[in-house]
Formats: sequence, C-alpha cells, structure tokens
Amino acid sequence: MREIRFIPTPDGWLAAALEQLTDRRRPSEILWTETTAEQPALPGLFSDEEHEAGRGRELSRSSRAVSVPENFRRLLPVVAYHRDRSKWALLYSIFWRLTTTEPRLLAIEVDREVARLLTMQRQVERDVYHMKAYVRFKKITVESEEHYVAWHQPDHPVLPLAISFFKERFAALRWSILTPDASAHWDGKTVSFGPGVSQREAPSDDALETAWRTYYAATFNPARINPTAMRAQLPGRFWKSLPESRLITPLTQAVRGRVGEVIDSRRPMAVLPMTGSLSELAQAAASCTGCELHLAATQTVFGRGPSDARVMLVGEQPGDQEDLAGEPFVGPAGEVLNRALALAAIDRSQLYVTNAVKHFRFVLEGRRRRHQAPRPSDIVSCRPWLEAELKAVRPEVVVCLGRTAAQSLIGGQLSVEQQRGRFFSSPFSSRIMLTYHPSSILRARDRVIQDRLFDLLVQDLKAAQSAI
Amino acid sequence: MSLTTKLKILADAAKYDVSCASGGSRRAGSKDGLGNSTGHSICHSFTPDGRCVSLLKILLTNYCVYDCVFCVNRVSSDIPRAAFTPQEVVELTLDFYRRNYIEGLFLSSGIFRSPDDTMEQLVAVVRTLRHTHRFGGYIHLKAIPGASQRLIEEAGRWVDRLSANIELPTQADLVQLAPDKQITVIEGTMSQIQDGVQAARAEKSYRRPAPAFAPAGQSTQMVIGATPSTDAAILATAAHLYQQYSLKRVYYSAFSPYPHADPRLPLQAPPLAREHRLYQADWLTRFYGFSMDELTTADDPNLSLDLDPKLAWALRHRERFPVDVNRAPREVLLRVPGLGYKNVARILSIRRYHRVTLDDLRKLHVPLRRVRPFVITPAHSEHLLRLDREDLPALLTKPAQLELFSASLDSLSGQL
Repeated sequence: MREIRFIPTPDGWLAAALEQLTDRRRPSEILWTETTAEQPALPGLFSDEEHEAGRGRELSRSSRAVSVPENFRRLLPVVAYHRDRSKWALLYSIFWRLTTTEPRLLAIEVDREVARLLTMQRQVERDVYHMKAYVRFKKITVESEEHYVAWHQPDHPVLPLAISFFKERFAALRWSILTPDASAHWDGKTVSFGPGVSQREAPSDDALETAWRTYYAATFNPARINPTAMRAQLPGRFWKSLPESRLITPLTQAVRGRVGEVIDSRRPMAVLPMTGSLSELAQAAASCTGCELHLAATQTVFGRGPSDARVMLVGEQPGDQEDLAGEPFVGPAGEVLNRALALAAIDRSQLYVTNAVKHFRFVLEGRRRRHQAPRPSDIVSCRPWLEAELKAVRPEVVVCLGRTAAQSLIGGQLSVEQQRGRFFSSPFSSRIMLTYHPSSILRARDRVIQDRLFDLLVQDLKAAQSAI
Repeated sequence: MSLTTKLKILADAAKYDVSCASGGSRRAGSKDGLGNSTGHSICHSFTPDGRCVSLLKILLTNYCVYDCVFCVNRVSSDIPRAAFTPQEVVELTLDFYRRNYIEGLFLSSGIFRSPDDTMEQLVAVVRTLRHTHRFGGYIHLKAIPGASQRLIEEAGRWVDRLSANIELPTQADLVQLAPDKQITVIEGTMSQIQDGVQAARAEKSYRRPAPAFAPAGQSTQMVIGATPSTDAAILATAAHLYQQYSLKRVYYSAFSPYPHADPRLPLQAPPLAREHRLYQADWLTRFYGFSMDELTTADDPNLSLDLDPKLAWALRHRERFPVDVNRAPREVLLRVPGLGYKNVARILSIRRYHRVTLDDLRKLHVPLRRVRPFVITPAHSEHLLRLDREDLPALLTKPAQLELFSASLDSLSGQL
C-alpha cells in the first residue's frame, strides 16, 4: 500500500492519478491522502480564474500522456466536490478500469462502482442547483454602497461550482455568498474567496422580506394543501436560511382539515401559536381575525374549564350575554345547561365548556342583537381553535350541544332528533356524542315539548358522564 | 392602499394560473443590467401545496369587466379589488430578483375598460423592465385575448413566453360559463403569437442577430371539472392546440368550488387524480409517441382514475406484450408501463455492452411490479403467465390513497 498525497482539486488529483496510472499501480495499492488534510476539502479556493480554466484547458494540458476519456473528464470536476472523501479512491478505480480493460464502463450504469459514482455526481449537481435556488440575498449598506449578502449551507462544498451562475446573473451588483465551508465575494470585476462563516455572523434581516412573505402566503392555494410534496422538494435542512420558511407551519396548520373539504382560499386564516397550553391559546384567540365575525362582536369567547377535564361540552357560538361577559354559557342557555348538569349530578367545574364558533354572530334589530346561526364558512374558519382545545385538553368524551358543533366535529348531514345519544368517532375524537342545545329547548313550542327535550338532555349528559 | 395590501390581493388573485415554468429561453446576463435566463427552470421555493415558486406571479389589476363564472375575479364577485401601477410592478420585480427570490415575472391582468387598454399597460411594464432596466430575467406575459396585433407584436419582442388561456375545453362550455369569451377570439390571439414566433424564426435564418419573439414559446391553461366535458374532449382540444399553434405546454387546472358560488357550477371538486391523469396523458403524447385518441375509448371517454393511462392502454393491448428488453426498439420500450423515457434511454445505452437483467431493472429503480408482466429479460418467465389474467389490473395497482399523495411528485418529472 502506498500513500499518495495530492492537492484535493480536480487538477491536483488528476495529475497524481495519471502518474499512478503510468506506473500501472492498481487501485487496491493506493491510499489517497489530501495534502490540506487539516482543513476541509476545498478545491477551487484560489483565484476564480484558475478555477474556471481548470474545468477545461488545465485538464487537457496535463493529460497529454495518457488519454483521459471524455465522459470521465466531465464527471471529475463535479464528483471532486462531493463531501465523501472515498470519492478519490472510487474515481481512481473507475479511471483504472476505463483505461485498462473496460473502455465502455461508464455506459453501464448498473455496475456497482459506476452507479455509486453517478449517484455522487447527481448529489453534487443537485446541491449546486439548491444553491442557485435557495441563496437569499439580504441588502446591506456599507459605506453608502449597496451590498447583497447571503448565507447558505450546502450539503457539499460546492460554492466554486455555483459562482459562474451568480457572476453572470448579478454582474452589476456587489454580493457575497457565505457558507460554513467558504465564502465568495464579487466586487463587480473579480471573485475573491475567503474562509467559512457561521449563520450567526451573517446579516439577519432585510426589510423586503416582509413583502416576500406576504407574496409567499398569498400565492399558496390552501385548497390544494400537500405538505408531503412540499417537503420532498424543499427539505427541512434548507429552511433555516429562507425568510419564508417560518410561514410553512402556520399556513399548513390553518388549513389542516379533512381531505376533500371545500376550503375558500380567499378567506383570511386564524394564526395559531406554535405551542398550545390553554392560556396561550386563549390569549392568541383573543386577537384572531380569521373571519369577519370579529369585527362586530365584542370579544372572542374562548372555552373555560380545567385542562385535565375528562368531558368536553361544545356548543354553537356565544350569545348576547356571553359576548359581553367573555365566558361561554352564562346567559339563559347557560342556566338551562346548569340545571341539566345538576340533575345529572355533574360538577360543571370539572368540565371543559366551549363553542364551535368563538365569536357572536348577530343582526341588529333596533337596539337588540338577534342571534344568527353561523355559516359553514364560519365553522370551518374557527375549527383550528376547537382542534387546538381538543389537543390541549384531550377529553375522553366530547358532547356536541346542537347540530353546529356536530357539523364541525363529526361532519355530514346530521339530525339531533334522530342521532342524539349515540357515540360517533371522527378524526377529532374517538367518542363524540350529539345532543340538544340548551337554546333549542328554550325555543321549543310549548312547555310539554320543553320538558321532554330537557329530560333527553339530562339523560344524554348522564350517559356521557358514565362513559368515562 | 399600501403596496403590501396590493401585493396580497393581486398575488392571491393570480395563483389560479398554474404555470411556473421559467425555462426554455436563454438570455445572457450583461455587465450593466440585471439578470439572465439559463434555459432551465429554477424553483426558488415551494408553498405548502407542493407547488414551485419560480416567478413573481401577479395580476396588474383584478378589476375585470368580464363575468366568467368559474373565475374569482369576475365582475360579480365581492372580493377586494386593487391595481398596481406599471412602475410598482417593475420595482417589485427588480427588488425580488436582486435578492434571488425569483427567476422573473409572470404578469397577467383582469380586463379593465378594453383588451387594448389592458394590454397597453402590460406592455408598458415589460418594456420598462427590458429597455430601461436592462432586465435579463424570465418574463411570462399573459396576452389579453382580442388585443390588437400591434400590441401582441411589441409584447413578443420583450418577453420570453406569451400565452393566452383557452379557459374551458369547448365553445359550448364557454357559452355556459364565460359568456364574454369566445374560442375564436382566444385562438385568434394564439395565432397572432404563433405568427410572431414563426416570423422571428424565419428572420433568424438569414439574419443572425434578429430579435427574438417569445423564445420560450406559448402555453395555455384550461379549467377542468367545471363543466361535464369528458377527458376525450379535453385531450382533443389539447391535441388541436399543440398541433395548430405549436404550444409548449397545456396546463390543466382542477376547478375548486367555493362557498356562495354560482349554482351553475358543480359543488364537488373534480378529484386531483383526474388533473394528474390528464397531465400523464399529455406527457404520453409529447414524449412517448402516443396519440391523444389512443388513450381513451369510445366506450369510456374518460381516463381511468385508478390506472395510469399507459398501463390502461397496455391492458387493452395485451397482444403487443411481452417485449424483450434487450431487443425491442425505443418506441416499443416507451410503451411499456413503468418504463420512463429516462430509463428507456439508460437501457438502450447499457444493452449495447451488457445484457439487461431483471436485477438491473431493479437497480435502475424501475417499478418491477408494474413492469414485470410486460417484459422479457434473461432468465425470467414465470410472470409472463399473468398477462392473460383477468385480475391483472388489480395486481398492478396500489391502493388508491397512496396514489393520491404521490400524484403531484411524478407530475413534476413527467416520468411514467
């Protein structure tokens, strides 16, 4: 075994490899050692001119003695930028086979070594593409001159391979591209290279990023949400240097719903906090502008109750008194509910009580605010909050008071009369029950019907309580 | 109204145009200008719907005098309205481009006053970008159907791609849902663009530095599932457009229903799989040597949602299989289900020096389950029996749900 020390550039390696080939030294006899071993492999870190030339002329000059096959000559300057240093031994092995017994080797993509080499080539080329795509310049002003600076973390040290792209595209600007391996600076005439830079040392903000994020959110079509496809194209490791990436999670969360659901893409969306204790959720919901109901209502009426409640009651929406008090079920309907709970021997302070829609929807009639049923779009707009509450409380049983709550959590065409008292399962909870809303009892035609419905409500509440 | 609000409204209104291509034309960068086009699309970001963000895609305005039922910007829609000035569009494009957010601009517009008034403003934007700022990035401009020849000609000189949307597959569909639009007018505009492209090409043949005309060609888009038109009708229209106007792409956009929509519209969105199948059929005709009428039958004028169109075709023509991977010509291999055009090229290259085995196909990441019944490789024959099995379709397909989520991935590569 012989140790071959070489400068880790395409040219440096090729010069060394040609020597070994002339000596007929077999691949298994060579240990390839980069001479700048204490530094990461950074081929091309001298002058830009030398690098550009290296891709064509240098190679042909140094290879006069043994002919370097054309297809190998094209692969080398790409694969040389792969981070895996076993590339040098692999390159030599292929080079050896090509120039000794298998001149057609590179056409046989199913060969184990060729397949590995081509994979490396694709990975480097993909990484160069990612650099072209995901470098984001931030404008800074240095000595009254505009300078565009980007920080990007490629998988492989490919900066030198991407330089010509940026030089042509942004010839008239002054720019710097910083990566953890190296940095490149363009002053309008030449490129100079420098040491690697961490993200902390790079400029962090640019006023225009707000406009870019506005564009990103607006051009997204929630009706076609598909996070899997997005992640396949925009892997998470690149997110940290993209100004728009902080929107991905909230945009995705806001539309997360059942597949095939009709979503009005023009609707503004609720912005949920990333972490969700009940108090944090309530605080965030207080400033929700996810639908236009917040304009007329007094305040958001969020759910109330302990975070370890085992039963959750979900009503329709706050009424006049709830809207003023900021608490669910405190008006006439609340009184009915309290009476029913008392008869069922359930302690309301043990329950989590909330509504499917968190703002009061009404029409003004003189000075009276008359309740109006929420529209399907209001229910859908508000559901992320209900979902977040379900997630925070994790109740064993969910009781939908009335059809609105059931439409939000069970879906489909439902009839309280025919389907009350039964347990349903849906993506939101495995045990959901439907029963009468206390208001519908108040609205019943006469006392007899009221009493009958009230009894059924008590009966259903008992059933829910005994199911835990 | 603030620029941010305008951007929000006018980007939101433009997103139903699905084209995000930014390749197909080369424009060198210059020392004193900004930007170039490399000939290849670059996606600078992806939104959570999995779609590429390559261009700043906006409308100049979403005020529109037309009342196309399927369109959010129709005059009778109660959405907020906004309008950019041409200068605002120019500056926004340059600012985004300098930060490497985008490859260029995709500019469309609602029709205010008349087609010519609108087109005049659009041309002002691209003229300022190219002439005043020497902008070399990609520009895709929507031609306003019915605009005068003079404006189309000027637009073509500045932009990379010029296109007019056909909107719906047939004239009958347009009568129903887009009463102000006529296929003859839309095709008239396509034909004007085509004339410009051909004239520029002819000029180039005797005068080298002749000015280019929409070098990335023209494309179009149609909404599917808003009317009962069948896939066969949609594909026939696409075939006609490709052939007549040398279109580079036809985009199919599944209609999405919205609340309080017009009762003439369906309540159900067509499955995204249908859109995906149309794209597959489209690729088969452009890269695999199929003709549109081979892909559907008189009995069933719609593409199967469960089977990809190539597999469905192969199952209808079992007598043509199996084929020998090591002998069959390229056009025959391209018709084998599961063999994409890139893998066909690889196989043709490999088999000159090496007999291709089933294991080699596996190494090339060919979907063996789909391919195996249709090919002969050295030392395997046991699966050939399956070709006449009744249950072959079921054996070859995945559960429908998996299909749905992988759909948009292979529509990007177009490999079948």
